[in-house]
Order: sequence, then structure tokens, then C-alpha cells
Amino acid sequence: MSIDKISYDTLIPNNVNLSSDRRVLKALEQWHPQYIDWWKTMGPDGFQDAEVYLRTAISVETKGWAKFGYVKMPDYRWGILLAPQEEGRKIPFGEHKGEDVWQEVPGEYRAMLRRLLVIQGDTEPASVEQQRFLGATAPSLYDLRNVFQVNVEEGRHLWAMVYLLQKYFGRDGREEAHELLRRRSGDKDAPRMLGAFNEETPDWLSFFMFAFFTDRDGKMQLESLAQSGFDPLARTCRFMLTEEAHHMFVGESGVGRIIQRTCETMQQAGIDDPFDTEKIRQLSVIDLPTIQKKANLHYSLSLDLFGSEVSTNAANFYNASLKGRFKETKLTDDHRLDNTTYPVLKLVNGALTMVDEPALTALNMRLRDDYVDDCARGIRRWNKIVANNGVEFEFKLPHTGFNRQIGQFANVDISPQGEILKPNDWQIARNNFLPSTDDGEFIALLMRQETRRGKFAEWIAPPKSGVDNQAGDFEYVRLS
Amino acid sequence: MKPIDFRTNPESYHHWRLEIDADVARLIMDVSENDGLFSGYELKLNSYDLGVDIELYDAIQRLRFEHPEIKVVILESGKDQVFCAGANIRMLASANHVHKVNFCKFTNETRNAMEDATEHSGQVYITAIKGTCAGGGYELALATGYIILADDGSSSVALPEVPLLAVLPGTGGLTRITDKRKVRRDLADVFCTTEEGIKGQRAKDWRLVDEIVPLSQFDDCVSAKTRQLCDNRSDSSDQQGITLNPIGREISDSGITYSTLHIAVDRNNKVATFIIDGPTDYADLSLESLNQSGDQFWLLCLTRELDDAILHLRLNEPELGTLVFKSMGSIAAVAHYDAFIQNNLDNHLVREMVLYWKRTMKRLDLTSRSLITLIEQGSCFAGFLAELVFGADRAYMLEGQHEDDEREPAALKISQSNFDLFPMSNGISRLETRFHSDTERLKPVQKTIGLALEAEQCETLGLVTFIYDDMDWDEEIRIFLEERASFSPDSMVGLEANLRFSGPETMETKIFGRLTAWQNWIFQRPNAVGEDGALKRYGTGKKGVFDPQRV
Repeated sequence: MSIDKISYDTLIPNNVNLSSDRRVLKALEQWHPQYIDWWKTMGPDGFQDAEVYLRTAISVETKGWAKFGYVKMPDYRWGILLAPQEEGRKIPFGEHKGEDVWQEVPGEYRAMLRRLLVIQGDTEPASVEQQRFLGATAPSLYDLRNVFQVNVEEGRHLWAMVYLLQKYFGRDGREEAHELLRRRSGDKDAPRMLGAFNEETPDWLSFFMFAFFTDRDGKMQLESLAQSGFDPLARTCRFMLTEEAHHMFVGESGVGRIIQRTCETMQQAGIDDPFDTEKIRQLSVIDLPTIQKKANLHYSLSLDLFGSEVSTNAANFYNASLKGRFKETKLTDDHRLDNTTYPVLKLVNGALTMVDEPALTALNMRLRDDYVDDCARGIRRWNKIVANNGVEFEFKLPHTGFNRQIGQFANVDISPQGEILKPNDWQIARNNFLPSTDDGEFIALLMRQETRRGKFAEWIAPPKSGVDNQAGDFEYVRLS
Repeated sequence: MKPIDFRTNPESYHHWRLEIDADVARLIMDVSENDGLFSGYELKLNSYDLGVDIELYDAIQRLRFEHPEIKVVILESGKDQVFCAGANIRMLASANHVHKVNFCKFTNETRNAMEDATEHSGQVYITAIKGTCAGGGYELALATGYIILADDGSSSVALPEVPLLAVLPGTGGLTRITDKRKVRRDLADVFCTTEEGIKGQRAKDWRLVDEIVPLSQFDDCVSAKTRQLCDNRSDSSDQQGITLNPIGREISDSGITYSTLHIAVDRNNKVATFIIDGPTDYADLSLESLNQSGDQFWLLCLTRELDDAILHLRLNEPELGTLVFKSMGSIAAVAHYDAFIQNNLDNHLVREMVLYWKRTMKRLDLTSRSLITLIEQGSCFAGFLAELVFGADRAYMLEGQHEDDEREPAALKISQSNFDLFPMSNGISRLETRFHSDTERLKPVQKTIGLALEAEQCETLGLVTFIYDDMDWDEEIRIFLEERASFSPDSMVGLEANLRFSGPETMETKIFGRLTAWQNWIFQRPNAVGEDGALKRYGTGKKGVFDPQRV
């Protein structure tokens, strides 16, 4: 049997020969009903019986890996899919650089690896929970389908982590797999592990921003884990990345379509000043400064996900050859970082200063820098939409020290432009930087469900093309 | 390097003479200067190294098993002017830390064995000191039940370690002068800082010795005391000793093979796996068959081999950090052996076997390796053998059966012996220690005596750490052993030693837990072992140079 082929001989589609691995099969089959139960209670609210036009992975090859079709979400074929094994792959970095990759968990790193998997795994179901009420205000069937696609794929990413936990970590792994379903986003008793995943997703602009900024953090983390010396993890993450790309597309194009709609509406009404908020809002579109404030919020929350700029954990993960850098194999250095440094932005005597830190401990900073570059490219595309519509406005990424809760800037107020503010000044200016209650209420007013075929809410432009090249009035979701 | 061999017999002794006269034995220390275990030092003035102590240990064991008729053992010197000068300083100064620690541990255990014989085997040890008795020599005397010192104006007892070498009297010395001999602490302070020691009346007044005797009356006095002690003991002349024949073993790269025990060595993971070959039947278990079998009786054979194996690994395989224990055999048969010893405790040989098993389990407790016991299908951990489960740092038990193994699921059997016969050095049983003397937790365990407990029950009762089924077993054990091997050996030693001995303090726990820890710290410090340290400079005429900082 080809390793790339997906086997449907068990309830769970997989390319890991699950039918002959009775230990994991048994564990997964016990976990499966718990998962379905979780999906039904914490997944998309009110659409469990709808037929959704979803893609399902049918191969792990880059080309032609998915097929489209209608499916009720609880019947979605979540499965276990790993990218093909590379023959003779060597560990690309860290203390074990050059050794054969591990196919089994080295006992020495069991605890460390488990922690990595649990942290990554915890984020996957969290976003599904955060987004569960969006269906009620979907701007179109197209967008409704997109959020569900993102949701089922996050669900599958949870499966991927659960598979690794159950396959390689025995009873501890099974307990952790159970805990992944027990913790709930925003729950008082058992919240999700990372702050950004306990924030609610109140409206669609937030959802798109989340998919653009926060899922991009996920992409960076997966890219680093895809380098791992623990081969099953590397292969899992490589395949997850093919799906993650779609999530970022949903985010970037979603925000782009909102910008497009705002700009063209302003043009039609003859409004030149993008800051003439009152007038613009009367046209039932979202003014660009408010979009910028939403971006400020989600960007800063996502930066927190990278952890402290200088981190022993990150150094340990790298040195143990468990978590590499973004595009590790394309970098040209010793891949050990024994004696090199990396510049880290720090607050020194009240001033923002670049300080050279040992490169090993500065890995979070480095990954965050790569993330910032990646975000900037998306911002440029948004600005192109603005420019093409002849509006004078420029979206900007705020300073990395802005609105931070973790790391160097947790206890200092920094403006989006990078000035250090007195607490008082921050309070006064806050609503210019971040969405205010009024902003939230205005957006909430716009959020009304639109489920007629081919129709879109007035605050968002239609996409340039349909999913799977379907026509504009395609019925992406058949409501029951 | 040739491995250090703990197997010996009186015909091969270099340093001791064992003289038997009816119910009295004399253990005469007469150390051969040029027969040290290593080169580079001479064992002058009856100073000792590990080799000397190995012979002493052998003698104590033989007296118990081969000579039950002996009631008093007199420890004395075969040299004029000197009883014993203690551990050889040049040996200590040149030995590496690992050897020093293991040497001290073994000598401590041997001194405990003398006290154990005095208390439980009806063989009272007494010391007759003529000449200098210093350091480890006096610590040897402290381990006996009665000390007679010649009052000749020169014979003395001393603990000169502090003023002379900047280390401690670490073979029980500091603990026994206070806790056993009840010397007042301020006088003990004076004694331990007085290089030349204390003699005569003052030694008696300070309780450092029991009796002082003019030289002319010395031998008569020792004889009189001996007779008095013998007369106080019940008559044991009808009891038959057995011969302890040499232990056979084969050492290869992959392990060690004894008759009832095989040890498989995995150098990658630094694991030594002990596979105990248990009995398969018990049809003719009786005192007659015991006497006929002698040292070939399964339990005695196993104890001797286990004891030898532990000592061998301690001294010769310092890198095998994890000892895994498995057993194979009939659990019913082991339970019958256990019942047999419980029913025949008044028999000399049975009692000695029980005491020996107790000491061997203690030796294991005091072994600075991770102790892991695996209970699988076909294993036979019952009664005394189950001590290996309760004494382990972790015990894992297989739940249910392996897919291709038709044998009964793994079981464990508890017996009254687990409560009564094998106290740890803290004076209470491993089960009681395990549950911190909490009767709420001990009672349910006691109720299961005699039952074959399967994995789930064992887990519920808290007798094992984790249970895994067939599907998890191999992987969980592999990962655990790999993880264990990845930790710092020092932190493992510290962790295990702290967790193993909860519960009451005894003289033994103080010796191994407190005195030894301080001594091992001092053994690492420049004040003792640095280039200018006192231990290194000893014999050069120059004093040690000390860092004045108190830590």
C-alpha cells in the first residue's frame, strides 16, 4: 500500500496504517465519541444538520489532495494524515543535528515533546469554540461555508495532535487527549492555555482578523515544528500547513473585501476623508480607522502568543532538536547557535534599545520577526485595494511593543507608533488605538445573517471567484 | 581493571584470623601491609581498605551460618601497640569519590551487621583494645556491644578525623558515640577534636569504653566478661551450622549469570535487569530438606547471589544507574516458601535466612541506583520477594494478558512477613513506610494477605505505581527507562534517598542519611581533598590550608 494513500478501512481515514495498530486504534475509537460530543456542544451553533459544501483531504500530495462535496459537519471525515516520509531525513538543527530523525519518542524528551504537542493541540479546538456563534450573523452562504471549512480543519488539526499523543505517549497521552476536550475557551474553571484563545470572536471582522493574524501565528509555530527531529511531528505539521494556508486566505480576503466595500461605497457617496467616521458609518460600511483598530488589537494579541522574547524554553526546545526555526533548512549557519547572538528589542533604562542576546534564547524573538514580515506582506495587499479605489489611507502594523501582556513590554504603555506613553496619556488615547465599546456596538449593528443564494451583506464585497470555481449564486450551505 | 570481588573465605584471608573455641570466636585483625586492594599504599598499623573489610564481612556471615554455637565474638588485634589505626589515609586520599563513597557505605553496612548479629542472632560482639584504637578502628569498636580498654597509660581511643584530616568520623562514629553510647555532646566535641584521643579512667568516665583494665589482668578480664556473656545466652550447642560454599557466577559483556539469578546489562540505557529464577514447586519443603540442601536451599542461594550482585554492581559498574527487578516462577511456590519461613522462625538456619534477606533488602534500599520492579505474567512476587516491589522507587504491573501469552495475568501476594520480618533501616516495614504508618491505608492492604492480587487491585491499594495493559506496556517501560537515564545521576541519587526513607529516625537512618551526607559533602570540598587540603597533605608534614568561610 502506498504510504500516501488514505485508507478508509477504519472509521477514521488515515495514512498511518491505523488498522494494524490496535493500540492507537482502540484509543482513538474511544476518543472519537467524546470528540463528536464536543463538536455537537461546542462546534458551530445551529448548523449541525446543515449540508455544507466542504473539501475533505483525500491524499497528502500537494496536488489534488482534496475533494469537494456536501456533508453534514458531524459526519465530516476527520482523519489522521501525515505528509509523506522523506527517506533518510536527518535532524536539521540542535544538539542532535545530523543524526537520523527519530521515529519514536526519545525517553529523554518525552515530557518536553508532550508539552509542545499539548500547547499546539490546545489552540486547535479553541478557535472552533470561539467562533461557534458566527453562523447567526454570517454575511453570506459563501462566508458561512468558509468559517465551517476553517472549523472542521481546526478539528482535524486537533485529531492530528491527538493521534501523536495517543500513539507515542501512552496513558499520559490519552489523558492529555481527553483534557484537550475538557478545557474550553473562556471557561472559568478550565480555560484554554493561551490568552488569545480565551477571547471571544464577537463579529465577522474579528473572525477575519483572527484568521489573518492569529492563524498566522499558528502557521509560524507549525513551520518551526515541521523541522522537528521527531519525524512524526514534522510530517504531521507539514500536512497541517497545507490546510492552514486556506485559513489565512479566508482572513486576508475577508478583510480585503470589507476594505473594498468601504472604499467603493465612499467613492460612490463622494466622501474623500476616510476619517469622517460618522458619515461613512451612515452608509452601513465599516470605516477604515476602525478596521485599523481591529488590526491593532488582533496583531498585539497574536504577538503575545510568541511568548517572551528571551526564553529558556525556546532554547531548550531548539537545542533538543524538537522545534526549529522558520525555514530552518534554508538558513545558512551552523544550525546549533552555540556562540551566535540575535538582536532583541528591549526596554533599557526607559528607552527601546536593541540588545544582542544569545541566539538560542532569542528564538521566540526571531520567530516573531519572521511573523512580522509575513504580516507586513498581507498589509501591503490591503493597502493596494485602498489605493486602487483612490482613497488616501494607509494601514500600518503597530509597533511590536504596543498593547502587550507578555514579554519585555508587558508593563509599559507604548503607542502604535512606538512612543512610550504615560499611563494617563494611554488612557486618553486608548480609544484611538483599540476598538472602543462604541465601535463594537456599531459593528454589531451591521452583523445580520444573510443566507439567500448569491447575496452578500452590505458591508462586505463578494469574492472575486467562488469556492471550487462555483458560480456566484452557488448554494454553499443547504440549510435544513 | 580486575573487578573487585566480594567472594572470599577464611582460607584466603590476608588480614584476619578467625579462631573458634567452643562457644567463643576470636576475630583477630592482623592486616598484611602489602596486600592492599590497590597499589600505592601500605596498610600500616592495622589500617584498612575495602579488601580488609570484605574479609570482615565474610567472617561475620560465616559465624552466623556456619557456627550457630558461637555466643560471643571477641574483636582484637594481632599486632602489638596498635589495635587499629582506622581507614588507610593514603588509600582515601588517592581514591576517587565514587570509590570513597562505596567504601564507606560497605563498611557501615558491615558494622551494622555486627550489631544485627548481636541483637538478633545471639552472637554478642565485644572489643578488647590494647594499643591505639583510632578513627575507623574505634568506630569498629563502637559497633560492638562491649568495649574493654587496657589501662596501661598508652592505650587510647580516638576519633582524630577532624583535627588530622579535616573529614568526619563517618563510619557511624559521630552517631554511635551520642545515640548509642550516650556520650554528652560537649564531651563528644572535645573527644572529636583531640587528635591523640582519650585513655584510662577518663575514657570510662566519658562512656567511651565500658571497662578499663590493667594490662596484667587484661586477658583474664576479657575471658571473664566473655564467660559472663556466654552464660547469659541460651544453650545453642544442638544447632547445626551449614557450609557457605563459594558462589558460582559467570560474568560476560551482556550480563552476569548465577544459579537463581540472571542480570542482563543494557549499557545504552544504563540498565541492569535482575531476573530472579523462582521455584516452580514446593512439594518437599521441610526442615529436613532445608538441612540437606544447606547453602543450595533456593532462598539462601538467591539471597547470597543477590547480595553479591548488588555489591558487584556498586563497586564495579558505577554507570548502570537503573536496576530493574523481574521474577519468574510459581507465585504459589514462593508463597509456600514464605509460609515455611514464618512457621519455622525458631530454627537457626531459617532465622538466619530471614535476617539475611532483611539485610540484603536494606542493602538494596541503600543502593544509589534507581530501583524499578516489573510485575508481569509469570512473575512470582509473593511474601519476602514482594519486598522488591514495595522497596522499589517505582513498580509497574501488567494489566491483563499479553496478546500472545496464555498464562494467568500478573499477580502479587502479600504476607504477614511483609509486615513483621523485614524492617527497613528506619525500623518499620516497607509497607508501613510506603503508607506513612497510616492505618487507613494499611488496613485494606493487610486484609488482602494471602490473596493473589491482580493489577487493578494493586493499583487501588497503592501497591504499585502504574498499571499498563498489553498495548501500552512495552512503550511505557521503554520511554520511562530512557527518561530515567537522561536525568542527572546525582539528582536521582538525592531524590531517591530522600523519598525512600520516610518515617522514624533510627541510628541507622542517621548514619546513612545524615552523617554520610555530611561526610560526602566534605569529601568534595577543597578543605579536605583540594591540592592543599588536609587529606591530600596528610603525611607531607604540612598542614592543610583552609578556606576560612563557613558555608
